[in-house]
Amino acid sequence: MSWLGFLSQLLAIVAALLLAPLMTGWVNQCRAWLQNKSAPPLLQPYRVLHKLFHKDSVLADNASQLFRAAPYIVFGCMVLASAIVPTLSTDLPLSPAADAIALVGLFALARVFISLAAMDVGTAFGSLGARREMFVGFLAEPALLMVFFCASLISKSTSLTTIVGTLAHRELAIYPSLAFAGVAFTMISLAENARIPVDNPATHLELTMIHEALILEYSGRHLALLEWAASLKLFAYSCIGLALFFPWGIAEAGAPIALLLAMPALVFKLAVGGAALAFLETISAKMRIFRVPEFLATAFMLAVIGLLVSILLGA
Amino acid sequence: MKYIPQLINLLAAGILLLSFAMISQRRIASLINIFALQGAALVAASVLLGYTSSNADLYVSAGLTLVLKVLLIPWLLYRVIHRLNVRWDVEPLINVPTLMIVGIGLVIFSFSLALPISRLSASIAGGSLGIALACVLLSFMMMITRSRAVPQVIGFLSMENGLIFAATAATGGMPMIVEFGIALDVLVGILILGVFMFQIREQFDSLDIHHLEKLKED
Amino acid sequence: MSALTNPSQWAHLDWLLAAVAAWLLVGTSGLFALRRLAFVARVLFPAGGAIALVVFGVALSAVFAPPEVATLPLGLPGLPFHLRLDGLSAFFLMVIAGASAGVSAFAAGYFRKGEGTPPGLLCMEYHVFLASMALVVLADDAYAFMVMWETMALSSFFLVIANHRIPEIRRAGYLYLLIAHIGAIGILLAFGVLQANTGDYTFANMRAQAHTPFWASVAFLLALFGFGAKAGLVPLHVWLPEAHPAAPSPVSALMSGVMLKTAVYGVLRVSFDLLHFQVWWWGVVLLALGLVTALFGVVFSAAQVDMKRLLAYSSIENIGLLFAGIGLAVLFSAYGMKPMAALALTAALYHVASHAFFKSLLFLGTGAVLHATGERSLGKLGGLIRYMPWVTWLTLFGALACAGLPPLGGFVSEWLLLQSFLFTPGLPSSFLNMLIPVVAALIALVAALSGYVMVKFFGVVFLGQPREEALAHAHDAGAWERLGMLWLVAGCVLLGLLPTQFIAVIDPVTRHLVGAGLGDTVAAAGWLLVPVAIERASYGPVIFLLGVAAGSAIAYLLVRALYHGRSRRSPAWDCGFPWQTARMQDTAEGFGQPIRQIFEPFFRMERELPLPSDSHPRYRVTIGDHFWHWIYLPIAAGVERLSKWIGLLQQGRIAVYLLYSFLTLVAVLLVVMR
Repeated sequence: MSWLGFLSQLLAIVAALLLAPLMTGWVNQCRAWLQNKSAPPLLQPYRVLHKLFHKDSVLADNASQLFRAAPYIVFGCMVLASAIVPTLSTDLPLSPAADAIALVGLFALARVFISLAAMDVGTAFGSLGARREMFVGFLAEPALLMVFFCASLISKSTSLTTIVGTLAHRELAIYPSLAFAGVAFTMISLAENARIPVDNPATHLELTMIHEALILEYSGRHLALLEWAASLKLFAYSCIGLALFFPWGIAEAGAPIALLLAMPALVFKLAVGGAALAFLETISAKMRIFRVPEFLATAFMLAVIGLLVSILLGA
Repeated sequence: MKYIPQLINLLAAGILLLSFAMISQRRIASLINIFALQGAALVAASVLLGYTSSNADLYVSAGLTLVLKVLLIPWLLYRVIHRLNVRWDVEPLINVPTLMIVGIGLVIFSFSLALPISRLSASIAGGSLGIALACVLLSFMMMITRSRAVPQVIGFLSMENGLIFAATAATGGMPMIVEFGIALDVLVGILILGVFMFQIREQFDSLDIHHLEKLKED
Repeated sequence: MSALTNPSQWAHLDWLLAAVAAWLLVGTSGLFALRRLAFVARVLFPAGGAIALVVFGVALSAVFAPPEVATLPLGLPGLPFHLRLDGLSAFFLMVIAGASAGVSAFAAGYFRKGEGTPPGLLCMEYHVFLASMALVVLADDAYAFMVMWETMALSSFFLVIANHRIPEIRRAGYLYLLIAHIGAIGILLAFGVLQANTGDYTFANMRAQAHTPFWASVAFLLALFGFGAKAGLVPLHVWLPEAHPAAPSPVSALMSGVMLKTAVYGVLRVSFDLLHFQVWWWGVVLLALGLVTALFGVVFSAAQVDMKRLLAYSSIENIGLLFAGIGLAVLFSAYGMKPMAALALTAALYHVASHAFFKSLLFLGTGAVLHATGERSLGKLGGLIRYMPWVTWLTLFGALACAGLPPLGGFVSEWLLLQSFLFTPGLPSSFLNMLIPVVAALIALVAALSGYVMVKFFGVVFLGQPREEALAHAHDAGAWERLGMLWLVAGCVLLGLLPTQFIAVIDPVTRHLVGAGLGDTVAAAGWLLVPVAIERASYGPVIFLLGVAAGSAIAYLLVRALYHGRSRRSPAWDCGFPWQTARMQDTAEGFGQPIRQIFEPFFRMERELPLPSDSHPRYRVTIGDHFWHWIYLPIAAGVERLSKWIGLLQQGRIAVYLLYSFLTLVAVLLVVMR
């Protein structure tokens, strides 16, 4: 493990931790501009986190140790996810520890823990959120796995760094299977990150909540960690999308200049991606919860078709 | 130049994607939009194929498709649905996830049928034969499982799209006489179907094809 | 004979036979202490567990040793029992012994008086069960195999009906015995085909035969039918959801975790060892059956309201996954792609081990809950994390492993299986190439659904608020029960964190069965699990665990250092509605409702809906099994009709019976005189 590898790994984690709330703020700004509202300041999420960390954490009378430990476990999972996804560089010493399938398993682990924590207090809202979250997850997780398989078939590997390396080095080739996988991945990220059209991140009506219902009982530092973990998850998903479909600009091993250039490239790509996400959110309406399986089943089928197309066309 | 085969593959994949999108759509207005988009993708693919194989017939075919499938027929269909005041569709006869699963089965079937043929094809878009066949089968399935008349018509037209794409991809287009004949048939067919739709509407006050079952001898 | 008296010169097989004899001895001592619960529970069961540990150690060392044979002078004259210990037997012995050690320790604290069967008798049946399972995997001829298989079925039947005073339990046991015997007929016929008219039923003879593809396929299908009935493949699965919940929990744990694996052993033995070649469509049949079984099992388990039935259906799901993995291995082996066959087979064998540990753990957890609360229905449990913390935290490991989450054992086998699917575009048949990604997608779906089921199970039973006031009197598990569960938790964790070492144990087995193994490639990479090449795929569970733990710990410390760690307690958020009760949480039916709605064609649902005019409205949904109505009830009706016709022979008059004898005599004379 070279010092450059160690540095790029550390930089990846720190960049993710610092940039994730900024990305959430940017998406909120774009959405407000598109909807002709005045936006909160760009650094508002940082202030919110700071405020939440200061507050006391108010726990329900019957909250157990699982409830109190879950935010830390979920945060730890998201930190590991941001360490594995190649954002700035493919020279990540931690990346052999988890390939694409393990990354999906990591997200599943976080989802299971937060659902269990939501069921812990035993109110109607918590179990509603847990049931809906697992429901969205059980279709989104295999669809995400199939998207990764599309990329793996092309690059003959499930290791994320190898996938990015192979895809970045091909000549500007248009892979139809990746087109299908891209559409499927966009639909999956919308579902997994609790965005319209699957869930409304700004709702206050408990009956329409999925993600918000999970964290309804949390407050203070626990809520801050969970909010940070949610923005880390959005950041990680965006970086996965960029790594799979727009991998240019990510530094290779042993290239310190490229590492310096990778940061502005990442910021630029994320800004464009965040604006696109805000655009998608603005033109769609939230679906009824019974339509969500159809939405995700469509994403799943698209990913499977992408696999089949790649076998047929050899691309 | 070397990107053209990849572009054609991409357009083929786009046509398949749009066929799937048509299956899962509920609103008739967006169905017509998707159909027009599919026609546009077909036009682009024909133009590219005509450019690489220097086959002027393909340009004519592309022009014909543009005029008919992208401009004239969608406009006609819009007029029809405005006058009939049909906006929404009811649930398809089988629910959408099952349709998707059957669709995947049809795709696998078409791909495995087309694989040996596409290896023999001389055209650079030979691999798209499986995709074209899949589009035809998917549109047929859409015709079978929709319960209103307008989506069935669109399914029929989309099937025709798939057939033209299959011919273009595998053999470099059909003879011009055949193309013109098919185009004329399609246009006349649409006009007749339009008349039928008005008749159905008058008779049953609705475009739900279940009502046609009342015409049985009982 | 002198070697037998000197234990240091005993071969592995001798040690194992001694252990089996010790088990039988422990069992018979139970007969002499029929109602002395303290002796049975505190001495005999722990002794059984200790013997299991010895078997585990011996089998571990035997996996790497060359095969050993022995002949026991039991059985009929001229038909002694042949025994053979090779890599496959040793591996399955490890699984059997490892899981049963934990279950025996738990059983030491579990069995109580007054539940129908006396404790001493239970002890005997239990240890005969263990001994017969061990001898099944050691058997080297069809006769020994069938005798041991029958003993296994009979002893487990008696264990299932331990509470024989309850009619449902008797019925469940009867169904189990019936289907076990139908399966046994299939296995017997398969052995008959395999011995190919030579009259010699030893496995060595069967290996030496050269079968035509037709007869090999017949044997394979018969064996699949027979072993599938024991494993619980659809449509022969109907006994599993009845028998496993009816049995006492340690017995359910053994049956789910261990006995189903003997059926997997049987399929592996027949397909890879007794038959020298595999045909590609066997693999497709196994894949299809396995997939249908897995999907069926997980969808039904999501809709259950009884905790043990939920786990029983989850076992059906895992068996389906196992058969799918074996099918993939057969498919690769049929096309001669040996390294890929080894990968798929390694995934299947790894899953055998991890399923044994986590499913036993889950059943033991439900046993502790059942003992403490007397409730099996999910609608009457909840909030047990406060009253039974040990059971809760230990069962959490089992639930996470069953959901296939990293870094525990269930994830490694799933990872290996998905990796082997990625190799399939190398198959010569293009139709198969396209079918396989769809199969992989469905397996990923099954895995995600099992996560859903485990959240439902764990959340409804242990978390939330208690749904009955009586639950406040629930007591936590005793020392023996904790010990048993801890051993199984250790197994799950080690299987998750040390995959390289465990694959090194599986390597000799796959080398013997398909001719290739992952051992070398895996061993070269040290702490990382690298099945083929590090650029292709790698997984490092220890680093994974350390990464998550470090992230959590650093977050905890930094927050405490930079801010503070104060908390306050207050009532839960009630949105302004002050009369929140425990019944406002999700019920088990409610949690499973989305799955019921999506997968409605799988179920046979009977609904009772209330009318608006009902003064006491009731809503009732019953979930039934289609296969019961499509296959079993028609067959039962047909058998009944046939019996009625045959019953017409019974006229009751002596003259008619004499007429029968007369007619038979005339017929025999005619035949003989021709």
